[in-house]
Amino acid sequence: MDNRNDSLDPRQDGNPYDATDATERRGVSSSTSQDQAAANAVGAGSTEDLPDDTFASRGAVKQTVGIGRKTESGSVIFPAFDDHHPPEKDLIDDCVHCGFCLPTCPTYVLFGEEMDSPRGRIYLMNKGLNEEPLNDQMVRHFDLCLGCMACVTACPSGVQYDKLIEATRGQVERRYERTAQDKAFREMIFQLFPYPNRLRVAAAPLKLYQRFGVGDKLKKAGLMKVLPKRMRAMEALMPMLTKQQEVPEFSPAVGEKRMTVGFIKGCVQRVFFSEVNAATVRVLNAEGCDVVTPKAQGCCGALSVHAGREEEFQAFARKLIDEFEDSGVDRIIINAAGCGSTLKEYGYLLRDDRAYAEKARNFSAKVRDVSEFLQELGPVAERQPMPVAAAYHDACHLAHSQGIRKQPRQTLKQIPGMEVREIKEAELCCGSAGIYNMVEPEPATELGDRKATNVLNTGARMVVTSNPGCMLQIQASLKRMGTSMPMAHPMEVLDASIRGESVETLLLNR
Amino acid sequence: MGMASSRLVDRMTEILGPEGVISEREQLRAYECDGLMNYRVIPEIVVLPETAEHVQRIVRYCHDEGIPFVARGSGTGLSGGALPVESGVLIVLSRMRRILEVDIPNQRVVVEPGVINIWVSQAVADEGYYYAPDPASQIVSSIGGNLAENSGGVHCLKYGFTTNHVMGAEVVLPDGTMVNIGGGKAPDAPGYELLGAFVGSEGTLGIATKITLRVVRKPASVKTLLAAFKDTEEAGDAVSGIIGSGIVPAAIEMMDSLCIEAVETAVHPGFPQAGAVLIVELDGPEAEVSSQFDQTIEICEKANASEIRIAQDDEERALFWKGRKAAFAAMGRIANDYYVQDAVVPRTELGATLKRISELGSEYGMRVANVFHAGDGNLHPLVLYDNDVPGEAEKAEDLAGEIVMTCLEHGGSLTGEHGIGRDKMKYMPKMFTTEDMDTMQLLRCAFDPHHICNPGKVFPTPRLCGEKPGPFHMHPVQKAGLAENF
Repeated sequence: MDNRNDSLDPRQDGNPYDATDATERRGVSSSTSQDQAAANAVGAGSTEDLPDDTFASRGAVKQTVGIGRKTESGSVIFPAFDDHHPPEKDLIDDCVHCGFCLPTCPTYVLFGEEMDSPRGRIYLMNKGLNEEPLNDQMVRHFDLCLGCMACVTACPSGVQYDKLIEATRGQVERRYERTAQDKAFREMIFQLFPYPNRLRVAAAPLKLYQRFGVGDKLKKAGLMKVLPKRMRAMEALMPMLTKQQEVPEFSPAVGEKRMTVGFIKGCVQRVFFSEVNAATVRVLNAEGCDVVTPKAQGCCGALSVHAGREEEFQAFARKLIDEFEDSGVDRIIINAAGCGSTLKEYGYLLRDDRAYAEKARNFSAKVRDVSEFLQELGPVAERQPMPVAAAYHDACHLAHSQGIRKQPRQTLKQIPGMEVREIKEAELCCGSAGIYNMVEPEPATELGDRKATNVLNTGARMVVTSNPGCMLQIQASLKRMGTSMPMAHPMEVLDASIRGESVETLLLNR
Repeated sequence: MGMASSRLVDRMTEILGPEGVISEREQLRAYECDGLMNYRVIPEIVVLPETAEHVQRIVRYCHDEGIPFVARGSGTGLSGGALPVESGVLIVLSRMRRILEVDIPNQRVVVEPGVINIWVSQAVADEGYYYAPDPASQIVSSIGGNLAENSGGVHCLKYGFTTNHVMGAEVVLPDGTMVNIGGGKAPDAPGYELLGAFVGSEGTLGIATKITLRVVRKPASVKTLLAAFKDTEEAGDAVSGIIGSGIVPAAIEMMDSLCIEAVETAVHPGFPQAGAVLIVELDGPEAEVSSQFDQTIEICEKANASEIRIAQDDEERALFWKGRKAAFAAMGRIANDYYVQDAVVPRTELGATLKRISELGSEYGMRVANVFHAGDGNLHPLVLYDNDVPGEAEKAEDLAGEIVMTCLEHGGSLTGEHGIGRDKMKYMPKMFTTEDMDTMQLLRCAFDPHHICNPGKVFPTPRLCGEKPGPFHMHPVQKAGLAENF
């Protein structure tokens, strides 16, 4: 017998689903220092204080094969999965190994390796059910998946890869022992991004940092190069901060009221793109909707669930459901693709929770992406001409996860004069993928540059997309390539059109 | 299953760098089968060359050390042609995916073997050209794999198989020699037609590292219809009628009711509920297509078509084909596993063969879905089963075997386009005499005397050069000095 199978995970003996993991996760920093730690990290103006190897990247190289060897944590768990939501055998069996998913998978496109394709990962999951342990190699290939779900679109057999990878990630996070640095870096991300207040604190030094051009100076001095890769990736992603625009708790319909809708602000969206939220609410009002935006709302848990942090996700989800419990809204509107796909899965993700299963199903049934909702509702507000060519970028979590492709394009095309241009390789992820571009910067950068090149090749004057992560990612890639392009959410374009703004105003400062 | 010997790993790492070598057991397992999951072998090592020179150095090393090797492209083959060899090297060409040259005036495109079939058409689409062979897997299968299997596709009735569209190839022979076979820009080359022998040799004669393909102009006009029939027999009558009238359609495809059900669930092409549907496509000059299309409609009506739907635009045509091309993969919607055959029968025997297949299905109590290239009688019966039910896989294989035998009895052939591979080699003696096969083996031995190049495929019994899977051992007859290698 393979001796690697002998070293069982010590946690195996007890209840594999006990609280130790969660405790460990939360024990990284005390709550008082969390905000500052996070600020340090994102501010990047202060990251030079960090020892060089604190968050050392695991040395992502061009191909994955070498990576597995470099990053051994030595954790070997057999069997790979326990009984708490392993990747379901029935879902695995839907895969007939035809390979139609390969060319749409970003990591297969980059690496050309079977293990880094959906078919290969499903094959590994199946082996993990009874034959092979969960070890560094296995985890590496699961980690490298961006979760873009392009394979779900491509699959003729209807394999629900989304459910399979989410289940697998939950198992990995609970059972696999990551290296100390990897754990710390992930922990920092999850102490920061789902918490808008912390993100805002973090963003404050960032403002100074940007104002004084610290990043540029560091770059000139070559100092950026000595920062760990992951930190550099994070620094490169940070956008210029603009003035915060608050969304009121209640915002009435303009003219005849057609519906009452709830609005979810998102986390990254409200901190870095608060103007998108403001525009969304104005559009909804203009289209005859009363908009209710619970002030206290927290994170929807999308980042957590996509990273397999099940308990953390569930806590976020329950809280958000509670916040909308008595709001009496007909629909719940979201303008960020990544949040939207998770909100629509609440019913499935909380299926085991007796107290919340039904509430979650009802909640999910009301959730709509804003473009999807507007097309259901039909336009009433008058659109002023906006004669500009815009490249529309499909966010994976909108196109692949929610199957929403036509609606945002339709929304744009309903604006007189608007020309919507298609981007080559539209199905291919831009590399943002939640926290992916921070934890796996190298493949993400490669994908980002590829996307940015395709965007530029459209010759359009601006790029429009429905996800904040994609915006940050494409912006960062364009900047790296020494260029830029105005960027907007479909709601900003529509808002500008309804308000009769000029093209030049729309393009300004974006 | 041993880990790769450290010497082999070291040598391959020397050639490719660590990022081109896979030797961890869990990773190797992802390569243990190709598109056919019935056979699985964990290779000793997987290597991912990026250049022809890499391939040459790998093969030369294998030759010097007597290590067997297997080439693999996208791993979508359906006959186990890229099934690894135990203790062997699996050479995966998925990183050799550059389009090297697009030469429209000479209608040529030069590609590396890992280039995906449809990329070739995409590369020349703006100039109004395309690459004709279009296997259903064209969005993923590689040109190298197409070459090895001599892939067909729905349009090969009129345009021919891969072999009709390959002009030349740079090949690394099993001893590491690099040669060019076939012509260059000139349409024909003197001497033996080695290209003809190489294309369809299922990876047993060497590894193509550079392939010159012919691209053709897109037809001026394309018309596609979908006709529904009560059963496959009536649809078969329509096929005979169309071909018999002298029309050469670009494609005629048939799907039976089970198949329609599966693709409807999977990709919603909006096919009518019927016992069988035919997709007929005509292409060519406008006037010719137009008059023959009317004739085709007439023939379908005469054969009692219950519904005829004409694709109104490219989008609708694409939807028809999407339904057809997703057929295999869509089986996952109605069954856990399937076993596909690829036999060919003379067109005139279609009706009788299908009837017998349906009887066999009832006898075995198993569902058999049929989707096939009706124009050239290339059947793809899919035996549906559940691998988790003990004995079902074997039963499915038996039934599939009987189906193949039925096809042979009707004057048919074992395979139309998927190849013999590992899967169908046991049936070779049913189709060929010993002398026939020995003659083929002579050719193989001339290229690969040490039988290290994709051994254990195509031919069932080790003969002549003592071919069998695994490291090279001298045949007893050779040891006794009674025979020698070529």
